[in-house]
Amino acid sequence: MDLTFTPEEDAFRQEARAWLEAHVPKTPLKSMDTAEGFEQHRRWERTLNQGRWAMVTWPIEYGGRGASLIEWLIFEEEYYRAGSPGRVNQNGIFLLGPTLMEFGTEAQKARYLPCMACGDEIWAQGWSEPNAGSDMAAIRATARIEGDHYVLNGQKTWCSRAAFGDWLFGIFRTDPRSERHRGLTFILVPLRGEGVKVRPVAQLDGETGFAEVFFDEVRVPRENRLGEEHQGWKVAMATAGFERGLMLRSPARFQATARRLLALYHAQGGAPDPCLRDAVARAWMDAEAYSLNTYWTASHLIAGGTIGAEASLNKIFWSEMDLRMHETALALLGTRAELLPHAPGVGGAGSWLDGFLFSLAGPIYAGTNEIQRNVIAERLLKLPRD
Amino acid sequence: MRFTFTEDQRHFQASVRTFLEKECTPAGVRALWTTDTGRSSERWAKLAEIGLLGILVPERFGGLGMDEADLVLLLEETGRAALPEPVIETAAVGVPLLTALAGQRECAGLTEATGGARELAGGWLTRVVSGGAVLTVGHGANPFVADAHVADLLLLAHDDEVHAVVRERATWERQPCADPSRRLFRVTWSPESGTRVAHGEEGRRLLAAAFDRGALAAAAQLLGIGQALIDMAVRYACQREQFGKPIGSFQAVKHMLANVAVRLEFARPVVYRAAFSVARDAATRAVDVSHAKVAASEAAVQAAKVALQVHGAVGYTWEMDLHIWMKRAWALETAWGTGAWHRARVAATLDESGDG
Repeated sequence: MDLTFTPEEDAFRQEARAWLEAHVPKTPLKSMDTAEGFEQHRRWERTLNQGRWAMVTWPIEYGGRGASLIEWLIFEEEYYRAGSPGRVNQNGIFLLGPTLMEFGTEAQKARYLPCMACGDEIWAQGWSEPNAGSDMAAIRATARIEGDHYVLNGQKTWCSRAAFGDWLFGIFRTDPRSERHRGLTFILVPLRGEGVKVRPVAQLDGETGFAEVFFDEVRVPRENRLGEEHQGWKVAMATAGFERGLMLRSPARFQATARRLLALYHAQGGAPDPCLRDAVARAWMDAEAYSLNTYWTASHLIAGGTIGAEASLNKIFWSEMDLRMHETALALLGTRAELLPHAPGVGGAGSWLDGFLFSLAGPIYAGTNEIQRNVIAERLLKLPRD
Repeated sequence: MRFTFTEDQRHFQASVRTFLEKECTPAGVRALWTTDTGRSSERWAKLAEIGLLGILVPERFGGLGMDEADLVLLLEETGRAALPEPVIETAAVGVPLLTALAGQRECAGLTEATGGARELAGGWLTRVVSGGAVLTVGHGANPFVADAHVADLLLLAHDDEVHAVVRERATWERQPCADPSRRLFRVTWSPESGTRVAHGEEGRRLLAAAFDRGALAAAAQLLGIGQALIDMAVRYACQREQFGKPIGSFQAVKHMLANVAVRLEFARPVVYRAAFSVARDAATRAVDVSHAKVAASEAAVQAAKVALQVHGAVGYTWEMDLHIWMKRAWALETAWGTGAWHRARVAATLDESGDG
């Protein structure tokens, strides 16, 4: 055990810090859930890729640096410390990317990863359907096999980034006689193709972070399949593992929130009551614990270990921590908490309300926390199935 | 950055677990509740034999010369087994305190304290390694001294002074506790220049280090206790049937247990990091230890509550072994700084941090 960074890791940190200082936009970008903000964020992805910082752990041929997971965590720390924009292509780089590395053919990796890294193709998720939310195996959207094509019909919903994105990954029923998690196939679908209708859905903050997507006889080449035919559930579970596990929510994000919370607390000259002081301290401890746990997991993976259902422990921890931190911030802000960021009297309240609204989604997306608790109970603790 | 234990450290942990499964069974723990000392001198000798007591003792005194990162997993195992013997006081706190004193050429207190035998700290350390001496530590954070009745040498705080007091020079009065394994005492002794082994700046430094080591060790045991509790609850939930199926198949039960699993999972690396900080005497040692104590206490206390709820009425009985661990969790939650005290120390650090 050595919790100090090596000289190489320190050098990597310095390089990332210097580049970010020189390149992070000085004025905040508009929300990525607006047409204008989306394109601003896409340009930022291009800038990142030019510096080869889009996805540091990827192999060099796909635009990465072949960096270790520890270096990735270092990069993320610097990324958030520099106040960098959110990653509009997180569905691509953090979820589909690792899935492609695991299940994709060489041709697929060469086709999709570089376009993902440079932001030319922004990805949306296509998991949920109106009647398949927590019960994802109940999906009905079909992909009929016709020669060398799939013909897609049905509906996906809550598709993050679909309002302005370019591609969607999702699972479709390829075996019409199949039930539940059998007979599904993981397919990559261009969102702007014929027969695809995208209906943006306004979220709690009024912006269109996700959309419903309707498929009407949409023809997609069979080479767009990721993994084996009818084995899409297995591929999707790997993607979900990345979503709940290490990649989607790096600890740096929450440590940055904890730092902002602490700054807010100090700016107010402390808390009006000791419970809030305690809540601030807990927020800091939680963010620290999450970071330590991630370094622990990363070290375990580097040593040749694997993670499976443990990802569900992560998802519960970060989503509930994020919510608590934002609740604490709003409590510190008191009566100003309800003001929108552009309200004249908002003072320093800034983006806490936005963050709070988004944090409310945490226990829901990527599999509700109730589903995660079932996974922990059945797969880690080995309790009997319902 | 390499946040893992070595294979050797894991092997040592596994061998201690195997040893304790055999040597420290729940029935054995119970059997000692009604004995005079509540402690097993045979087991103490065996703990010395497997090297547990001398882990932190420098090699020049016959110990293994290892550090807290080596010890932390083993302490976790002693918690898992609910080992009643004073491993924290002797191996985790007393030994490093004596080691710091052993560096000094002159140590009047220790020579006087041992009745003029001119036996320095190193001599005591050698005896600890062989199982021939039990240490205990009286620190201001704990109003009562654990295991004073079996200690050969008591290391006692008096303001900023550390005193080394042999058992003949102290008297003690037992304070019965909820945990029948626990042996706490009000110790009476008179601080004399002859027993004083450190004072002033050095005394404060040694006592602060002793406190952090005690809190770390308690946190490590709490991890093991929490794990033992959740393991028991899961076993029970798989066996016990109601409404025609195991109660562990009901979501209400599953989710309680899953919550404990989350708490334990995220407490573990916090405790391991604190062990590293103590071993390296890092600048963040105090806050890291406090974080560890808070995280491990809360996880273990929640595990106790949930394990009891899962067991239902049978868990509320004296006969059921559950309370061995439940009560130990409560006891250690307040030992070496209560949860509230450690949370306040973290908050105070943040208050001083400006922007964190």
